[in-house]
Amino acid sequence: MGPFQRLGRSALGVLERLGRGHLFLLRTLLAMGTLVRRPGLLVRELYSVGVLSLLIIAVSGLFVGMVLGYQGYITLVDFGAAEALGTVVALSLVRELGPVVTALLFAGRAGSALTAEIGLMKATEQLSSMEMMAVDPYKRVIAPRFLAGVISLPLLAAIFSAVGVAGGYFIGVGVLGVDAGAYWSQMQASVDFHEDIMNGVIKSMVFGVVAAWIAVFEGYDATPTSEGVSRATTRTVVHTALAILALDFILTGLMFGDI
Amino acid sequence: MGPSGTGKTTLLRLIGGQLRPDHGQVLVEGQDVHRLPRRELYRLRRRMGMLFQSGALLTDLNVFDNVAFPIRENTRLPEPLVRNLVLMKLEAVGLRGAVSLMPSELSGGMARRVALARAIALDPHLMMYDEPFTGLDPITMGVIVSLIRRLNDALGMTSIVVSHDVAEACSIADWVYLISEGRVVDAGPPEQLRREASDWSRQFLEGLPDGPVPFHYPAPDYLDDLMGGDTR
Amino acid sequence: MTTRRIEITVGIFVALGLAALFMLAIQVSNLGEYRGGDGYEVHAYFNNIGGLKVRAPVTMAGVRVGRVSAITYDAERYQARVSFTISARYDQLPTDTQASIYTAGLLGEQYIALEPGGEDEVLRDGDAILFTQSALVLEELIGRVLVNLTGN
Repeated sequence: MGPFQRLGRSALGVLERLGRGHLFLLRTLLAMGTLVRRPGLLVRELYSVGVLSLLIIAVSGLFVGMVLGYQGYITLVDFGAAEALGTVVALSLVRELGPVVTALLFAGRAGSALTAEIGLMKATEQLSSMEMMAVDPYKRVIAPRFLAGVISLPLLAAIFSAVGVAGGYFIGVGVLGVDAGAYWSQMQASVDFHEDIMNGVIKSMVFGVVAAWIAVFEGYDATPTSEGVSRATTRTVVHTALAILALDFILTGLMFGDI
Repeated sequence: MGPSGTGKTTLLRLIGGQLRPDHGQVLVEGQDVHRLPRRELYRLRRRMGMLFQSGALLTDLNVFDNVAFPIRENTRLPEPLVRNLVLMKLEAVGLRGAVSLMPSELSGGMARRVALARAIALDPHLMMYDEPFTGLDPITMGVIVSLIRRLNDALGMTSIVVSHDVAEACSIADWVYLISEGRVVDAGPPEQLRREASDWSRQFLEGLPDGPVPFHYPAPDYLDDLMGGDTR
Repeated sequence: MTTRRIEITVGIFVALGLAALFMLAIQVSNLGEYRGGDGYEVHAYFNNIGGLKVRAPVTMAGVRVGRVSAITYDAERYQARVSFTISARYDQLPTDTQASIYTAGLLGEQYIALEPGGEDEVLRDGDAILFTQSALVLEELIGRVLVNLTGN
């Protein structure tokens, strides 16, 4: 097999997977109607996807906020602008670190679990047996998990940012002695609701769709063996991370580029 | 019946509409399974039951909820009625006492009986069993064998049993198809098959190691292979 | 884990998430100022706005009373037209109020400071502020100092 044939084959393989992924997304979206009639399915998945990710997100947010407090202070104090610490912490979190780090942690905590769960259901013929019981796995298994991911990620990102701002406050004001009033007022003066907060929320929504999509698709598309499932789980984390970082670059360019 | 890898399970999946044939058609109750729109296919599947080799119980639900699953998903029966139905099905397979166990707490034979109770939960017209006898101890095997026959007669269904366990399958079958490499090679009631079968069928039914189905996987000449020293 | 407990924890989770969003909106960002209805809008022409940006604060005696809503260039007057929204609470600005562009600190952001005049009439929506003072551009200032020094 020559190099061109190999290149062509792998390119076609990628295209085929992309096509399957989009058809899969379409079927998932079409199956979404069931959740209106049976919100209980969604609540159960919100629990395992959202609630169980809460702790790691909150703890990470706290630490990231505290680190930002330290680093921001060290940089700013040289310019005599330590009062701007609130701005630095809040803008970094709301615009970038909140959505991005949350999405990365989400891929590791919830995304991999979703892939493994669905992949194992496939490997143990549970999905197949559902089909034979006249239950559509897209409606019963895929759609609720996908939607739970899409809903959870923006909420988790907001919690991450909020906890981070508090962490920055704790270090900046509590430990390093920045004025508390300045911390909040500088923050409020330069963080814009539409420009910064809403753009951050939009980012995390996009990431939510992408992360949840990759996770459930990899699970559903996994080779039904233990090796296949373990590979699919790894792929979920790697592909989600790459997709999130690339998308973040594009979205940042679109949102903040024209200044 | 047929040796491993001859397409028995594939056949069941074709009947259930989970696989699409390259050509030909599958008729169930007069309907061409693969031309049905999705909705109709799912409606047809409510009248089919399938027992998977692994049982395929939903691991996050206990025995009761597993058996109740198809009933709850496909009907709007009130919960007390669902409970009665589930207990009836479990009683039929002798596991009414195990309602609150999780699938991980069941032995292989029990899991298969629970899966059987689940498969008949919607009173199917057509039951399909994929290798129901493999990997069971003799007692459990006997239980399953008699269950399949009893349920078939009591519920008036059509049962398709895919198996390579000759004795067990023949003991309950009315009609046997022998399949090899994707083709039906012999068909008839078990006794007739035993009496006037072809060489191939005799080899399969009596479990002879060599015959029309060779013992050896196709390979280059043994001596050449040993002497050639051509390692790959 | 019972359905009830799952539902409760999910409820708490969603509430926490929304509360975090709310906190970001109110406590971290400037959304607080958008509340309480819009104010009225006035505009002013400046020869040079320096680095003034949209949404820069508008202050009165150091207290924020509004923010810059739009900056455009007026091709006929060769001047910058700056519109700003002032909270409805501060509706007592005399018509001869002066608007100046100042810088907060040496490197800080630029803002508009209003100094009230003595007229009885007050500014209404759509009015113009006639008296303006442009931004100080550092290079210009340094240039003038240099000219003065060499002149002496």
